[in-house]
Amino acid sequence: MAEPSVRTTTSKARKKGARIRKRKEWLVFTGYLTPSFAGVLLFFFLPLLMVLYSSMQKSATNTTFVGMENYARVLGNKAFQLAAQNTLLFSAMAVPLAVLLALVLALILNTKLPGRSFFRSALLNPMMVPVASVVLIWQVVFSFNGSLNSFLGGFGLDKIDWMKSDWSRLVILLLFLWKNLGYNMVLFLSALNNVPAELHDSAKMDGAGSVRRFFSVSLVYLYPTIFFVSIMSLISSFKIFREVYLLTGAYPFDALYLLQHFMNNAFQALDYQKLSSSAIIMCVAMIIIVGVMFLLENRLGREVEE
Amino acid sequence: MKKKHDDSYVAAEDAPLHSVQAETAPVEPTASAPDSGTDISPIMLSNRHPGRFATMRRSKITYRISMVIFFAIASVFAILALAPIVLTILNSFMSTKEIVTNYSAVFSSLSSNTTDTKTYLASEAHLKLIPDMVSIDQYATVLFKSPVYIAKFWNSVFLVVPIVVFQMLTGTLAAYSFARFRRKRREVLYFAYVILMLMPFQVTLVPNYIIAQKLGILNTMQAIILPGIFSTFSVFLITKYMRQIPSSYIEAAKLDGAGEWHIFTRICVPMCKSALYAMSILLFIDYWNMVEQPLILLTDPEKQPLSVFLAEINSGEVGIAFAASFIFMIPPLLIFFYGEQYLVEGISKSGLK
Repeated sequence: MAEPSVRTTTSKARKKGARIRKRKEWLVFTGYLTPSFAGVLLFFFLPLLMVLYSSMQKSATNTTFVGMENYARVLGNKAFQLAAQNTLLFSAMAVPLAVLLALVLALILNTKLPGRSFFRSALLNPMMVPVASVVLIWQVVFSFNGSLNSFLGGFGLDKIDWMKSDWSRLVILLLFLWKNLGYNMVLFLSALNNVPAELHDSAKMDGAGSVRRFFSVSLVYLYPTIFFVSIMSLISSFKIFREVYLLTGAYPFDALYLLQHFMNNAFQALDYQKLSSSAIIMCVAMIIIVGVMFLLENRLGREVEE
Repeated sequence: MKKKHDDSYVAAEDAPLHSVQAETAPVEPTASAPDSGTDISPIMLSNRHPGRFATMRRSKITYRISMVIFFAIASVFAILALAPIVLTILNSFMSTKEIVTNYSAVFSSLSSNTTDTKTYLASEAHLKLIPDMVSIDQYATVLFKSPVYIAKFWNSVFLVVPIVVFQMLTGTLAAYSFARFRRKRREVLYFAYVILMLMPFQVTLVPNYIIAQKLGILNTMQAIILPGIFSTFSVFLITKYMRQIPSSYIEAAKLDGAGEWHIFTRICVPMCKSALYAMSILLFIDYWNMVEQPLILLTDPEKQPLSVFLAEINSGEVGIAFAASFIFMIPPLLIFFYGEQYLVEGISKSGLK
């Protein structure tokens, strides 16, 4: 990435040449970006601007500018608060768990475990299965009259209404982990493989046990992957709506009422101002979260290099 | 006997994994000990010093114990991972009547349909592994009695294939630009792409609807295909991967007078082949699965893909839903079994810095 600029120190003519070359470079690379950027502009940035604009209007018919009024209305809305809380809570539980469990599984499969390529395939497989296809089985297992309850009943335990109590969070979390652990694990496996073996060997010579070796040798090399896995898990955690929707429909139990439900219902109710302002709030929250993660990564990345 | 079994497995297991990771992984002399073909366990190799004989014994025992524990943990996870898939397949071979008997307690639509028939209805669901009688009842109904199903299957294909193909094309080009040209403003734009990738569909739902209307593509497949093509997910992943290509390759090509297009087509794309393959699979599965977009943008039920239709079958006709579900799984599963190696290789390379 340190490109031509290094070689352009001798004379003024060279400097001018460099500037022209830089321009040309800019043109070329902008050319590569253009097809994608044009589409993104039309189908993502422009809609986003429209959302921002309509979030500050009085209503769809009355376009007077009302500033932050809609935001105040949405922030005060009980349903929005519930949805935001649920969404945040879910991501806050799902992302760390998906990272940690995947790392543990990767460490297990990184040993000389017999059949480990089978295990890898088995764990990766759910990623490929469309949710709509397995929703049935989840319903059979977790319904009030479902098989998990009759199984637990065998031990004399009371029936639990899995989908209509706070347990539903756990059910969704399981579905999320089921789908995403394999992918994360493969990422960690490759990262573990990239830890220089010499470091491990010398640590071993110094008498460090495997736990110690993990924390003082491997972990440093895992930071970029941990960051990447967290980002990917965060994306998937926002996509959990699809699963919840397929499992429970448009109006699930309170604990499962997500921001997307809120927005969908606002859309159905034709309340675009509510929809827009909640969308913008969600966007801002996401920019903050991801921005912090990027900053953290840069900080950690620099520490690793030092 | 178990011990012997373990060791032979290790040697056999190691070969395929290494071929996958050979390109990324630095050579690992101690970890790949059995390559020489001798039957020495890795622990023996690492403790070759004669004075450590006693500790070796002990560590060998703890090694065995930990392996058994690891194996148990991995097995539990593997069983849990595969169970829903296997159960769906097994259930798809039950007759509709058997499904009704087993699951009427779960699906309210079933019990309301069948209250007047005199079938025995259980008060609890019985998740059965083996059908009483293997029957292709469900498949027959799905495939022959309801041609709608086949039509929706093709709808899905016609929606997903263009999205994957064109998103890969524009995405790879954009990724090349982001990977090679790293100025401040570009990095900001890249960050914006990442944010867009994270955004749920609902955020821009109304404007998307309006734009589709303005372009006159509402209620046509383009309304889904066009925004799909420009989704930024692939750009993010491919950029990440292209940034790992050692700059020495590119510098060398430049010294030979290669232009950007040459570098792009002859160096970057071939070096990312596995990542591109993995990306296409991820895109395929993501769009094969989509529910929200067609529900909003395709008002005509006839044009909707199988994913939406399946949700309807699930709630309406559970008797054939398992077979419908399994048929829906087949394309992605085939892709998985056919290309797992590339997929793993491609995923592996995307997460390293």
